[in-house]
Amino acid sequence: MSRLMRKVSVCAAAIMLVAGLVEAQQAPGPTAAISDLYQPFAAPPGERTRADIAWPAGAVALPSPIPGIGRPATTLEIAGWDIAVRGDGHNLPPGSGTAKEGEELYVTHCAACHGDFGEGLERWPALMGGRGSLRSDQPRRTIGSFWQHAPAVFDYIRRAMPYAAPQSLSNDEYYAITAYVLFLNELIGEEDKVDAASLTKLAMPNRDGFVLEARPDTENTACMNNCRQGRAVTVTMDSRRFVEPGSASGTDKPE
Amino acid sequence: MKLGKDPASSSRRGLLRAAGAASLATAGGIAQAAGNAENQPPNLPEWSRSLGPGVIEETYGTRSRHETAVRRYVPWLTPDRVSSVSFTPLADMHGIITPSGLHFERHHGGVPDVDPADYRLMIHGMVERPLIFTLEDLKRLPSVSRIHFIECPANGGMEWRGAQMSGVQFTHGMLSCSEWTGVPLKILLAQTGLRAGASWLLAEASDAAHLARSIPLAKVLDDAIIAFGQNGEAVRPQQGYPVRLVLPGYEGNMWVKWLRRIEIGDRPWFTRWETRTYTDLMPDGLARQFTFVNEVNSVITAPCPEKPLRGRPGFVEISGLAWSGAGRITRVDVSVDGGDNWRTATLQDPVLPKALTRFRIPWEWAEGQTAYLQSRAMDETGRVQPTITALRQARGVESIYHKNSIHTWLVDRDGTVVNVQIDA
Repeated sequence: MSRLMRKVSVCAAAIMLVAGLVEAQQAPGPTAAISDLYQPFAAPPGERTRADIAWPAGAVALPSPIPGIGRPATTLEIAGWDIAVRGDGHNLPPGSGTAKEGEELYVTHCAACHGDFGEGLERWPALMGGRGSLRSDQPRRTIGSFWQHAPAVFDYIRRAMPYAAPQSLSNDEYYAITAYVLFLNELIGEEDKVDAASLTKLAMPNRDGFVLEARPDTENTACMNNCRQGRAVTVTMDSRRFVEPGSASGTDKPE
Repeated sequence: MKLGKDPASSSRRGLLRAAGAASLATAGGIAQAAGNAENQPPNLPEWSRSLGPGVIEETYGTRSRHETAVRRYVPWLTPDRVSSVSFTPLADMHGIITPSGLHFERHHGGVPDVDPADYRLMIHGMVERPLIFTLEDLKRLPSVSRIHFIECPANGGMEWRGAQMSGVQFTHGMLSCSEWTGVPLKILLAQTGLRAGASWLLAEASDAAHLARSIPLAKVLDDAIIAFGQNGEAVRPQQGYPVRLVLPGYEGNMWVKWLRRIEIGDRPWFTRWETRTYTDLMPDGLARQFTFVNEVNSVITAPCPEKPLRGRPGFVEISGLAWSGAGRITRVDVSVDGGDNWRTATLQDPVLPKALTRFRIPWEWAEGQTAYLQSRAMDETGRVQPTITALRQARGVESIYHKNSIHTWLVDRDGTVVNVQIDA
């Protein structure tokens, strides 16, 4: 099996980097206020604007509520579950940390999969590197090269990590680990304090790398006869190069 | 009374078996499972000569022990099986409903074991009344049942650069279709009320990944369902027991499983699953975001690499599945010559919006004949399934998601069916 083919994976093009490889820092992108851009959802101007979905919602006529079903959620209950931090930093909790404080936590809780330098071990995702690679034929989507908003880094680490024990650390510890992975990406200094205010202000290199676009973006006509106009069929890729036809691509046995 | 086996008749059947084999050989080369001639005409099969188990031998039934179709996964795709994907064996599916036990799986933190007694759904944010619902609360509210497909947007994503998977289970098997039963989310939002300016919501799972996606409120008010039923029973654990979100036509990742929380807001959250993943990277380095809809798509499931034509010349019913996240399938054309000439297939009723649609068309295959089988679906919005060439021209090969191109099976001279890509 070609490594080139395999790298397009389901949820992550998990590319291994050489340990210790640190790429030159790029200049941060433009820093338009995120809240201006997306409140309410205002599609960026120009051709690259999604047109095939009606959003945001217009005036809505809801049915009448049915009495007695559902009970009020208390402030305490909501506080316990309301973990979502928005890209613009909304709902970041109190607390802070630095990369220096985060290093040991990272080594303890993260390095077994992501590597000491965030390079990603085996098929686990790399957290650093890849800047300048997005236009190449080997794009590497890491926090430094691809992630849009720094607060989302905190959000994801807190809601889902450590992998086997999510939401098990304190907010200060999550800030410190967030600081460490940002430091690995050379986005902050080792002693810079990371908290709600600084994360909200931090401009990620790929902040403006996302667009809304209309689909379909391809055209096909429903030609019925002589559509190839005499052109013989050429096979551009035959899967027998990689596997036997049948079920050889996968297995029902745990590996 | 248990009926014994008669050794004399056994040997008689042995002779008949030899005769049967001889007649098979003259039957125009039609392949047939060898089986046990003693159980075949004119003999009385074993199962006809004794009593079988009675009722409630299995209080929850399973399929015949002779059936072997299973979900499979691809070890090299993901680092482990906890955050991974398994594929539906589409070649073995009949009709449009996927058996719940063969529904593809995609988990980001494994399958949580949710106790329904402790299940709670919280709805808060830009609402007038933040509320908590139990599972019983949800079941008391007005409900609907609808048949919809769900497809991981990465379905087919391994083949942007070329054909490399061994069969339809892996080229298209992140696709299933069920009857989903639950409360329209609109009904729940009527319970909480909406504050002025509400335009997005966040749906959040209770698994270890706490997967969360932002969804336009307009979509939710249109056709979203908070589902507790799947194919007539409770939603399976792998599919979000006890409650999952159903977002007809939208990419599977957004159908949040083990749903615990809905937050209403006025803009998207930009979670990890709508930036780092599930965005479509274009050749110019920009990534398309919020590419929700799985567009018109189809694939032939018979014949296919798992169901070759070897030893079965003559009549072939080509059959497959078509689907569109934008609405109903209106037409499926099938080609056996790599897209030079097309014939329109018959669509099996019911043809439902945002549901799998079964198509069928007869064909004759002769041994020694090479064929390139393709299907091309159209939906009620006028979308026509594109070629892989057209998709690559528009999007390059690194966008992972939403590959809906016309698929090609090569039928080789000996009847082997091979996953290939051709120059169209």
